[in-house]
Amino acid sequence: MDLERIYKEESGRVLATVIGLVGDFDLAEDAVQEAFASALERWPSEGTPQSPRAWLVTTARNRAFDRLRRRARVEKPGGDPESLASGQEPSVPFEEPAGPELDDRLRLIFTCCHPALATDAQVALTLRTLGGLSTEEIARAFLVPVATMAQRLVRAKRKIRDARIPYRVPEERDLRERLDAVLLAVYLVFTEGYAATFGEAMVRRELCAEAIRLGRLLVELMPRRAEPAGLLALMLLHDSRRDARVGADGALVPLEEQDRALWDRDEIREGAALVEASLRAGGPGVYPLQAAIAALHAQAVRAEDTDWTQIALLYDVLLGVHPSPVIELNRAAAVAMARGPEEGLRLLDAIAARGELPEYHLFPAARADLLRRLARWEESAAAYARALALAENEAERRYLTRRLAQVRRAARVGGS
Amino acid sequence: MQYLLLIYGREADFDGLSQAEQGKVFGEYMAFTESIQKSGNYVGGEALHPVATATTVRVKDGKKVTTDGPFAETREQLGGFYLVNAKDLDEATDIAARIPGASHGCIEVRPTVDFSQT
Repeated sequence: MDLERIYKEESGRVLATVIGLVGDFDLAEDAVQEAFASALERWPSEGTPQSPRAWLVTTARNRAFDRLRRRARVEKPGGDPESLASGQEPSVPFEEPAGPELDDRLRLIFTCCHPALATDAQVALTLRTLGGLSTEEIARAFLVPVATMAQRLVRAKRKIRDARIPYRVPEERDLRERLDAVLLAVYLVFTEGYAATFGEAMVRRELCAEAIRLGRLLVELMPRRAEPAGLLALMLLHDSRRDARVGADGALVPLEEQDRALWDRDEIREGAALVEASLRAGGPGVYPLQAAIAALHAQAVRAEDTDWTQIALLYDVLLGVHPSPVIELNRAAAVAMARGPEEGLRLLDAIAARGELPEYHLFPAARADLLRRLARWEESAAAYARALALAENEAERRYLTRRLAQVRRAARVGGS
Repeated sequence: MQYLLLIYGREADFDGLSQAEQGKVFGEYMAFTESIQKSGNYVGGEALHPVATATTVRVKDGKKVTTDGPFAETREQLGGFYLVNAKDLDEATDIAARIPGASHGCIEVRPTVDFSQT
């Protein structure tokens, strides 16, 4: 018996079902913990039950109702404890309803990512409940003190209870928007792992793996929708490059300089297939389009084989669906590769002229890169210095530092 | 003439009180409520859950936008209130979004405390 594996795979689903049965996050969480503790005690001698999940749900549900009864006795002495939770007969084993659309995890994720909760709370709650991560693990992943993370989770759960955030899958008319919040929460888990905002490590692998696991779950739960498949594809395609993105010196390695032999072929294959499926299923959405761009990069055997014209076109479509200065910046970089650095610079200047992205380190970094390609060393050095002043991730800082030194050398040679 | 009496205070101060001290405050409120009921001044009143349970609703381009947290902009002023029954927060925010003021200002949605449930 591998209880640790069962915990990882089943705790989210067990919790989702128990919340549905008892209607209280905290109570359900405690009860599920107790059920796993009880399994740890009994399964080694009694053997793993036929359906571990049903056993865990039944045990957790019974524990939860025991607690409710005890609570009722303490708070309302003389009251009738049997009247509580009537209709729930604890001795009856829990039976799973069939069909993926009845999966309680779907209700759970929509509740955790309810728009009445702050985004950071949504992310934390999703990792805690569906991912089965401990508060300590989540706090470590987001580099916040454990007490802060614990407080964030407590507040979120209290709001769900006191403001009565419903435990259900939203109706069709709200589903699109609500699904966006769910996808964003999962994507934020991934990006936090993939391009850690602060500190030493560029990639926090466990977070990426967890986000991909959640992405797979979303695809499994909503197989006919395009966006979850697009998000999973995007994450897989980015993740396929994780080993090539950071050099031995701990510096970020840009796409064109990466050793493509280090890319994970299985992830690329799976991601590319998902891109096609998601584009067929729902037309161009934000995640499928970004995944399609990532797939074009992944499928180029050498950097110079990259189909930049196609990538620039996809960015055009993406901008139409989802206007954003960051996407414009990426489009400018693609256009520069397809039609020359001057063209890219012109687009970057247009973004700057509107006063957008003033503090975003990748903006001067992109500018510096194009100026370097044009051998305008002095201007390039100034832009790299500006990017370095704004960048907070250590791997990116190392890369920028190297580039800055390189163009400064070139400036001295060229200037003398 | 009717007047709305809004009660402001520091939640942290109340949370810091012992259970006995909190009980004393509840007692004071009950006594006050009774006294204005007797005098005929009372129309209605509710205790609110802490501000952490607040949700702000705005309507932008005809669409409901829901965010966590209380209304916070000082350049807007309290202009009125509705007390409504709703089965959950989604229904409450749907109703809030239908208030004309939601399109130019915002509606703060706060759950009231149901003392029979605590």
